[in-house]
Amino acid sequence: MGTRFDKLGAVIAAIAAYACLFAPFATFRANRIVPGEARSMLESLPPAAGWALMAIVTAAALVALLRTPLMLRLGASLAALVALAVLIGVAGSFLTPQDNTYARVSPAHGFWLLVFAFTLLLADVLTRLALSPWARMLTLAGAAACLGLLLASGSWDSLSILREYAGRADSFRAEGGKHLTLALGSLAAAAIVGLPLGILCHRVDALRAGVLNVLNVIQTIPSIALFGLLIAPLGWIAAHVPGAAALGIRGIGTAPAFLALFLYSLLPVVANTVVGLAGVPRAANDAARGMGMTGRQRLLRVELPLALPVILTGIRIVLVQNIGLATIAALIGGGGFGVFVFQGIGQMAMDLVLLGALPTVALAFAAAIVLDAVVELTSIRKSEVPS
Amino acid sequence: MIEIEGITKRYGESTVVDDVSMVIEPRSITVIVGTSGSGKTTLLRMINRLVEPTSGAIRLDGADNRSLPGYELRRSIGYVIQGHGLFPHRTVAENIATVPLLLGWDDERIRARVEELMSLFQLDPGEFSGRYPHELSGGQQQRVGVARALAAGPNVLLMDEPFGALDPIIRNKAQEDLLAIQKRLGTTIVLVTHDMEEAVHMGDRIAVMDGGRLLQYDTPDRILAHPASTFVDTLVGASEKPFRLLSLGRVGDAVEEGPAEGEPIAADASQRDALAELLWSGRPALPVRNANGRLIGKVTVDGLVRRAACPA
Repeated sequence: MGTRFDKLGAVIAAIAAYACLFAPFATFRANRIVPGEARSMLESLPPAAGWALMAIVTAAALVALLRTPLMLRLGASLAALVALAVLIGVAGSFLTPQDNTYARVSPAHGFWLLVFAFTLLLADVLTRLALSPWARMLTLAGAAACLGLLLASGSWDSLSILREYAGRADSFRAEGGKHLTLALGSLAAAAIVGLPLGILCHRVDALRAGVLNVLNVIQTIPSIALFGLLIAPLGWIAAHVPGAAALGIRGIGTAPAFLALFLYSLLPVVANTVVGLAGVPRAANDAARGMGMTGRQRLLRVELPLALPVILTGIRIVLVQNIGLATIAALIGGGGFGVFVFQGIGQMAMDLVLLGALPTVALAFAAAIVLDAVVELTSIRKSEVPS
Repeated sequence: MIEIEGITKRYGESTVVDDVSMVIEPRSITVIVGTSGSGKTTLLRMINRLVEPTSGAIRLDGADNRSLPGYELRRSIGYVIQGHGLFPHRTVAENIATVPLLLGWDDERIRARVEELMSLFQLDPGEFSGRYPHELSGGQQQRVGVARALAAGPNVLLMDEPFGALDPIIRNKAQEDLLAIQKRLGTTIVLVTHDMEEAVHMGDRIAVMDGGRLLQYDTPDRILAHPASTFVDTLVGASEKPFRLLSLGRVGDAVEEGPAEGEPIAADASQRDALAELLWSGRPALPVRNANGRLIGKVTVDGLVRRAACPA
């Protein structure tokens, strides 16, 4: 007979038990670069809050461990995550001595493990609920709203990452804007160039192997090397082509970063366009021609709509990849969240690194969810089970 | 009328269709039959210029089919292919509306035409309009495919193995339906198949092709009785010939005077079915009833056997 325990739940409960009892919940540092002192959950919080969190986490872990109804598991994971999110802010103000702006309190690995464990539970529940694409996007919007609310309420202001943010609010916004411009702009450029190129490759056999091979080779060049390789030609163009410099084309800065991201984006867009078009049923294509569609009508009304889910999958790959890769643009002065990552590494300030890394991860995660939902929405007609 | 005149198609060295000439009568069903690689599909596709001939000409009602751009020509000719080729991302109604939409009909006219065709093909518009092809059975998909080809009321309907993907029972039903619809609309149908049984059953005339050449073009009974070559004879199937011949005739044409015992057979059933019933039930004769249910005589084993003999 099957046990009354949930397999994944056992792992989650084990992580939670370790994180609660043995791992530090928060780290206190006298200033931002000295090594931290670990504080347990009960040390980090006022006694009542500490025990309350302990109780909530224990209860949620038990719900995860036993075979319980989905809705109960959903409630438990949400309760645990909300409690963690709110109380880490409380820990921040509790541990920071009054009027001390040098001290830093940051979440320690116990906190991160707990977040990981209950996010795992939440993800498992959401997968099992098999939410519709719209429901998934709504869930994402809800999560973003909660996060926004917590940030706006100021309850996290005493945490180290937000301390770093407080001094850099303006540049954070500017770099965030640059990051998005780089990632989305290069994606747009890749789509504008890649789609027609993909269509051309689909139609002209001779072109396909050549183009895809070149793009494949570009894809294998390490990003830092590609940035470096672009410095010389772009520098030359800036120096010799009239007006190029005025357009912002230089050996370093945004131009090479944009160009590199664009080049990396081409392969997924072109390859998926080719694969998507090749997957259009031959009979549908033949029928379209036989009924008197012109080449253009066939492309717009039959081929592209049928290839769209595959093409969008390519766009999804590119978007997530570019949001991550844009971080490295900071190395050559291209800006973006990477600026904080590299400053942080330079100053040995991990909080600053996180200030750059966390928004990047969140953006990539959100982009993946939204585009997955869009891909599913566009392909839903063909995957639906006949009723 | 479709006049095919000395049409040839070569791909490099190989000749796929070799100097074929034939005249297809209006309002008839012409079946092009042959093995794979015989050039039958290529010949069909040259009529609506999905394939451009190397030499020769095809005239539709007197007008050269090259006098219009290919896509405009194709909008005026129905086209049905094996595996139906429905657009998976479009509903049944949208699929059927394809050509009217290309011709720029207004919405109201398209809607009315789609409903008319769906009723004609026994698909309830209320139930099926909004469905997607994958939600239909094979037979329903095939009917939508034919309805789509007939949407703009073409005079000519080209069909490339239209029943190839259907199982035998649905295939028979689909063939009967097509015969009835052809009778009703008077469309000129050119149908390609590799199945001689289908050719004999459907065709007013049969064109037998092999290796790109037209071997024989004649009525089914003459093809059965006087095959032009051993290849045609083989294709017809020597042991099948008497039965195929019988399948061409109706019971009503073989009626003899006199009474007979047992369950009657309908006058519009095929003589082949009547012989099968006689042999199976072990009776010497079957009563025959006409469409009104009145008994009009009998069919006998002897009478049918005489009819199955090779005509002089």
